[in-house]
Amino acid sequence: MATITLDTVRKVYAGNVEAVKGVSIDIADGEFIVLVGPSGCGKSTLLRMVAGLEDITTGEVKIGDRMVNNVDPADRDIAMVFQNYALYPHMTVYNNLAYGLKNRGMAKDEIDRRVKEAARILEIGEYLDRKPRALSGGQRQRVAMGRAIVREPAAFLFDEPLSNLDAKLRVQMRVEIKRLQQSLGTTSVYVTHDQLEAMTLADRLVVLNGGNIEQIGAPIDVYDKPASTFVASFIGSPAMNLLNVKTNGSGLALEAGEGLSGANTMGRDSYIVGIRPEHLEVVDSPPSDDGIALEVNVDVLEPVGAESYVYASFPNGGQEIVIRVSSHAHHEPGEKMYLKAAAENVHFFDADTGRRVD
Amino acid sequence: MKKIQIWDHVILLAGVFFMVTPVVLTLMTSTHDAITVYKEGVQFLPGGKFLENYETVLFQAGGFTKEVDGFVMLKNSMILGFGFAIGKIIISMLAAYAIVYFRFPMASLCFWVIFATLLLPLEVRILPSYEIVQSLGMVNTYSGLIVPLIASATGTFFFRQFFMSVPEELLEAARIDGAGPWKFFKDILVPLSQTMIAAIFIIMFVYGWNQYLWPTLITTDESLFTLVRGIKQILQVWVGAQIPAFNEAMALAILAIVPPVLIVVVFQSWFVKGLVESDK
Repeated sequence: MATITLDTVRKVYAGNVEAVKGVSIDIADGEFIVLVGPSGCGKSTLLRMVAGLEDITTGEVKIGDRMVNNVDPADRDIAMVFQNYALYPHMTVYNNLAYGLKNRGMAKDEIDRRVKEAARILEIGEYLDRKPRALSGGQRQRVAMGRAIVREPAAFLFDEPLSNLDAKLRVQMRVEIKRLQQSLGTTSVYVTHDQLEAMTLADRLVVLNGGNIEQIGAPIDVYDKPASTFVASFIGSPAMNLLNVKTNGSGLALEAGEGLSGANTMGRDSYIVGIRPEHLEVVDSPPSDDGIALEVNVDVLEPVGAESYVYASFPNGGQEIVIRVSSHAHHEPGEKMYLKAAAENVHFFDADTGRRVD
Repeated sequence: MKKIQIWDHVILLAGVFFMVTPVVLTLMTSTHDAITVYKEGVQFLPGGKFLENYETVLFQAGGFTKEVDGFVMLKNSMILGFGFAIGKIIISMLAAYAIVYFRFPMASLCFWVIFATLLLPLEVRILPSYEIVQSLGMVNTYSGLIVPLIASATGTFFFRQFFMSVPEELLEAARIDGAGPWKFFKDILVPLSQTMIAAIFIIMFVYGWNQYLWPTLITTDESLFTLVRGIKQILQVWVGAQIPAFNEAMALAILAIVPPVLIVVVFQSWFVKGLVESDK
């Protein structure tokens, strides 16, 4: 177990493509960190640099107190779980787990003890003699995690480990990974593009975009106070409604058209206003109290079971917004709808930089 | 539909006929005595001299020096076939491993240079090759027979394609598991390549077995003759000056066919099994 420290780590590929642009993260001992972002944001590159599979262009990676920039992956005391499992197809499950231990010259009975122990934790004891091809996707995933556990490493690195599983299994394995990490207490870095996975697993989230860190924080903090429009739209499903707003005197109005009103509390000329779908309340008549009032026409109602989503647009077209309503609410397409959002649930972002304005 | 099926079968049967008949005729003719064959030509029915003829070619020393029998030639062919195939597999696997997994300057140039040697078959470079082997004193040795032939552009190409299809993550997982280049090759790549090795072994064994020109040049000592060469030798001197021993030549030809056929049959089933079972 160990801390992991990244100090202004950069990765520049041949042809001057900068995949990671000076990222610094301090990961505490036993912490579960999730790197999340869209594809091409540099999250996998970052993880692979920690693993030692990618050279570090500039900056420093430390595991514990040791600078590991030039340390071989095998000597970094880490274990990695790959998206496609990367099990050795010609070896039995037992040998897949034991291979890394054999290579470091561990005694046979110690190897046996660790493999059996990992098999017990992951409930793969009965498959130890099988080859990976005789296992289902979920079982292969367990074996891949087993291969990480037997190493008893300072840190686990997960590279989108659940992406190849079907939706149901993914939820199941997600819970299991969390439980496992909590019981082992091993520092973990987990890469995913799935914001739900990120939210549910992380002690702290690192939202990456274009090789830069957009925000680091506990999932709920990132959700409640997104640092930029990018984070706001990336975390949460359906995404936060982002509206371009200008000020007219002391009030707010949509940049294009009508349908929005509210008090200008920030003292700027234009903003991007963000409101989550669940923070929009449907009211009977145009509201007049604090916060923001909207007037929209229903386009589509999308029931998902526990709740429904209304897709609506402003009277003279323009942006579309999403509203979460109860699953039993009735809204006909074309119907007029009055909405309000409490002041504390309205996020303001700079119109040019997209950064949060408080 | 029916009509097409009948035609399909006719074409297939014709193919079988043309493929099998010469072999059957050879086999039948090899069971007669030399006089019958000389008088009546190729035989369509089995004769009564099967055991005698095969015993003669296998164990009776013949040739110009009366030192070499069929059994020795069979052994020589085996050595050539296996040495040729195994040598080619080892060399081309290692070459492909270097090309695919090691970033050295001009790696792809190296590959294309190797690949371009396909354009230069043995026949083209036979004089310089002979000169080198001769100056190294390797004439009339097994190594002289095998070593100059084992560099293989075809094998290197096949293994390169195969290695490139092995997922990158497997290498990375092995690196994290502490496997160095040699361990990765030995523990992961070689076992994964089994089917490829089997396929190349089949092709190369038969190719090596059927070598004629190179053994003719490099072995003048009859004790190093291969079966394929022996067939011709038999017709010249096997039974002296009277009647050419066509029957025994045919018997030797049959003997020369059997091992490659066995290799193909045995390895093919293994090869197919490997293909079905393996997933990378």
